[in-house]
Amino acid sequence: MSPRVTRLVLGLAAPLLALVAAFAITSLVLIIAGDPVGGVWSTILQVPAERNMANIINNATVLYLSGLAVAVGFRMNLFNIGVDGQYRVAAFTAAVVAGEAWLPGYLNTALAIVCAMAVGAAWAGIAGVLRATRGVSEVISTIMLNFIATGLVAYLLRKVAVREAGSNEIGTKQIPEGSRIPSIPFSDNPAISLYGFLVIAAFFGFLFWFVLNKTRFGFDLRATGQSTTAAVASGINVTRMTIGALLISGAIAGLVGLPILFGDAYAYGSTFQSGLGFAGIAIALLGRNHPIGIAVGALLFAFLDEQSNPLQIIIGVSPDIVAITQGVIVLTVVISYEVVRRYGVRLEQRHVASALEKHDPAGPASPTDSTTKGVSA
Amino acid sequence: MSTPAQAPAAPPAGEAPLAVRLRGIGKRFPGVIANDDVNIDVRRGTIHAIVGENGAGKSTLMKILYGVQAPDSGTIELSGEQVSLASPADAIKHGVGMVFQHFMLADNLTVLENVVLGAEKLHGIGGDAKAEIARISDAYGLGIEPDHLVESLGVGARQRVEILKVLYRGARVIILDEPTAVLVPQEVDELFDNLRGLKAEGLAVIFISHKLDEVLSVADEVTVIRRGTTVRTVDPVGVTARQLAELMVGSELPSPSTEASTVTDKVLLHIAHLSLPSDEGRPLLDDISFDIHKGEVLGIAGVEGNGQAELVESIMGMRKGATGDVVLNGRDLSTTSTRGRREGGIGYIPEDRHRHGLLLDAPLWENRVLGHQTREPSARRGLIDKGAARADTQRIIDEYDVRTPGVDTLARALSGGNQQKLIVGREMAGAPILLVAAHPTRGVDVGAQGAIWAHIKKARREGLAVLLISADLDELIGLSDRIEVILRGRLVGSFDPSHVTPQQLGSAMTGASDETVTPTTDTPTTGTPTSGETA
Repeated sequence: MSPRVTRLVLGLAAPLLALVAAFAITSLVLIIAGDPVGGVWSTILQVPAERNMANIINNATVLYLSGLAVAVGFRMNLFNIGVDGQYRVAAFTAAVVAGEAWLPGYLNTALAIVCAMAVGAAWAGIAGVLRATRGVSEVISTIMLNFIATGLVAYLLRKVAVREAGSNEIGTKQIPEGSRIPSIPFSDNPAISLYGFLVIAAFFGFLFWFVLNKTRFGFDLRATGQSTTAAVASGINVTRMTIGALLISGAIAGLVGLPILFGDAYAYGSTFQSGLGFAGIAIALLGRNHPIGIAVGALLFAFLDEQSNPLQIIIGVSPDIVAITQGVIVLTVVISYEVVRRYGVRLEQRHVASALEKHDPAGPASPTDSTTKGVSA
Repeated sequence: MSTPAQAPAAPPAGEAPLAVRLRGIGKRFPGVIANDDVNIDVRRGTIHAIVGENGAGKSTLMKILYGVQAPDSGTIELSGEQVSLASPADAIKHGVGMVFQHFMLADNLTVLENVVLGAEKLHGIGGDAKAEIARISDAYGLGIEPDHLVESLGVGARQRVEILKVLYRGARVIILDEPTAVLVPQEVDELFDNLRGLKAEGLAVIFISHKLDEVLSVADEVTVIRRGTTVRTVDPVGVTARQLAELMVGSELPSPSTEASTVTDKVLLHIAHLSLPSDEGRPLLDDISFDIHKGEVLGIAGVEGNGQAELVESIMGMRKGATGDVVLNGRDLSTTSTRGRREGGIGYIPEDRHRHGLLLDAPLWENRVLGHQTREPSARRGLIDKGAARADTQRIIDEYDVRTPGVDTLARALSGGNQQKLIVGREMAGAPILLVAAHPTRGVDVGAQGAIWAHIKKARREGLAVLLISADLDELIGLSDRIEVILRGRLVGSFDPSHVTPQQLGSAMTGASDETVTPTTDTPTTGTPTSGETA
C-alpha cells in the first residue's frame, strides 16, 4: 500500500474503533442498570422515517457549523470552547438586525448573516487578543465569555423584546417573510423539509477545506498547529495567526444558530436552542477536523439524538442514554486516535526502512568502514 | 593538555570487582540497528567513559542499562548477578541510577521535595529524609542544602541535586548522560571533583560524552562506540585525543578542510551593535558587530549557552527586543519580520531540527514548503502549489541524497541525517545570499556529515555568505575563513583558522585568552582534534 492509502485506512479505522468502543461501553451501562440492551439498540438503529430523516439532517446542519467552528481552532491547537457563547450573541444580533428589516428582502438576510459572523468573530477575538498579547489560555477565557454571553444576551433581550401574543415568552421581532431563507422540499409532505441554510453550511465546509489545504494562510495555520517553534522559525507570525484563527472560528460559530433562526424560529427568544457549541467539540474530534469527517460526525450525533426520542415511550428507557454514548465517544475518539497514530508512525518507519533496504542494501556507511551497520539517529 | 593531567588514582583496572558487565547487547529499531554486540565491563571505584559520535548508539545503550528499553539480545550482569531490567524502577532497585542531560526537577519545589518525590518510602518526607540528604551531600561533597528552592539554584547545583537523587535511592552505578553539555568550565571542574569523590567511595560512574579532552582528564577507562557496537576499550593514559577520535569515526577522520579562499571584499551581511537584553541582568547579546563577505564562511566558536542561539535567532528576527543593525546585501532588515528576512535571501539551518526545522508529522513535501510559503515554487498567488512543491521536493531528494521512499513520507520516519539533508536542500533552494547554519551536522551520521560539509563548501564557492555556528572545533576550523569567539554574549576574539589551534580557541572560549598558551612538546601541533581545553 502506498503511504497515502495507508494513511486513509488508518484515518478511517480510528473513528470506527472509537464508535465500537463507545457502543460497547453504553451497552455495559445499560446492562448494569438492568435496561434492555437489545431493545435500546434496535430502537435507535432502526431506519428513520421521512420526518425523522429531515429532523436529523436539519440538526446535523446546525451541529456541522458548530463542529467546523471548533475544528478551525483545533487545527491550530486552539481549544475554542466558547462556540456556545459566540453563536448566542451572534444569533441574537442576527435576529435583531433581521427583525428590524433596515434593508429589503434577501439584502436584509445577507446583512444579518454578516453581522452575526462579525459579532461571533469579535466575541472569539477577545479570547484571541488575550491569548496573543497576555498569554491567557483560550480555554479559560472562552468558557468565561460563554457565561458573559448568556448574561449579556438575556439582558439585551429584555431591552429589545416584544411579547408574543398569547404567550409568556419574549423574543425579538419576527423576521419579515421576505427575508426568511426558503426551505428545501424533502418529501411529498410539504411540512417535511430541510433548512435552506444547508447549502450555506455545505459551502462553508468547502471553504474550510479549500482555505486549510490549498492556501498559504491555511498552511501557516496548520504549521502553527503542528509546531509553534517551527512555525516561528519559518517566518510565520504566530501572534497574528492566533488572533486570526480565533476570529475565523468565531465567525463560523456566528453561523451556528442561523439555520434555526432563518428556517424555523424567525426570532430569538428565551427558548432558543442552547448547548450547540459543546456538541461541536465532540463532533470536531470525531471528524478529525476534516470537513467530510465533521459532516459524518454531525449526522451521527443528530441521528442518535433523533432516534433516542421514542425510547421512553416504547421501552421506558431515558433517551439520555445517548448522551452517555456521545460523551463516551469523545473519550474513546481521543484514545483511539492516539493508538492509531502511534501505530501509523511505526508502520511508516518500517515502510521507510524496508523501502530503503531494497534500494540500498549496503546501507549509508562509507565503503572503507568494515563494521558497516545501520546508524541510529 | 592532550595528556591527562589527572593521574588516575583508582586501583588498577584489573583488580576491582565488576559492577556492570554487558555482553552481546543488541537492539534493533525498524530499519536501524542501534546496538549490536556491545560488550562493556565497568569496575567498582572507577569512572568509565563511553564515547562515540552523536547517533553512535550511546543513548540507546544507556537506556537499556537503565531499564527504559529492553535489549533484543545479550545479557546484563550487575555485581556478578544476571538481571533483566524491565523498567527504571527495576534498575534503581538493582542500584543503577541515571542523570539525564535534561534535568527532571520541579523548579517550584525544594531540594528535599524533589529528592523524596517518588522515593517517599525510603526515609519519609520529613526530618529523616533531610538528615539523609545532608549526610549524602557531606559524604560526597555535593554542597546541597535540602531547603533551597530548586529555581534558586544554578545549573551546576541542579545537576548535583540530580546526582544526589540517584544516590539517595541507593545507586551504586551512576550513569551521566553528557553531563558537561550544560556546564561552564568551572562547573565542569567541580563536577569532575564530585565524580572523583563518588569513585573514591567505591561507586561506578559511567560517563557519556563526546568531548574527548574531558574524557581523557577524568576517566579511568574509555570505551569507544561506533555504529552501535563497541570498538575498543582503552586506557586513557597513553592515548591521544586524535587516536580516540579516529576510533570514534572509523579509520579515517573526515576532514572538513576547505579549499582555496573564495572571499571577496563585497560585504553581504553587516551586523552592527547587535544587543539582546535579558530579564535578569547581563544581556544575552552585548554589542556584537561583524561583517560577512561574499564567498566567506564566518565561524562562531563558543561554549554552548554563551549567546550563539540568541545571535542566530536575532539575525533571523525571531527575538523580540533585539537592537542593532542587520543589513543584508545593502538592505536594512533590522525591523523586518522573520518571513521578510527569509524572503530577503537568508537560508536558515536551525540548531534543533525537530523543534525549529520540521513539521514531524507532515509529509516531506509540506516540509519543503515550510519557510518558503510565500515563494515559488511552493506557492503562487496565495495558494500552495502542491504539484510544483512535490516536484521540487523530489529534486532535493535526488540532489541532496535524502534517503526516503518518496515525498509523501512523514518527516518523522526519516533518520536524523536524512532529515538534515532535506533541510539543507530546502534552505539552499530559492537562491539565498546568506546561509545561517547552526550546528549543521549535530546528531547526524558520518556519511551525512560529509555531505553537509560538501554542501556548505559548495555554497561558499557559489558566493554565499555563510554564518556557521558549531560546537565542533574541527568543523569550524575546517570550514571557516574566519572564526569569531563568543563568550557571555560578546565577541571576544577573531582567529584565522589556518593558524589557530583548538587549544587557542578553547582558551578564548573559556575566557582564558590572556594567558599565553604554549603547546607542550608532546602535543602534536598539526591541528589535532583535541577540543578546547577547559582547565
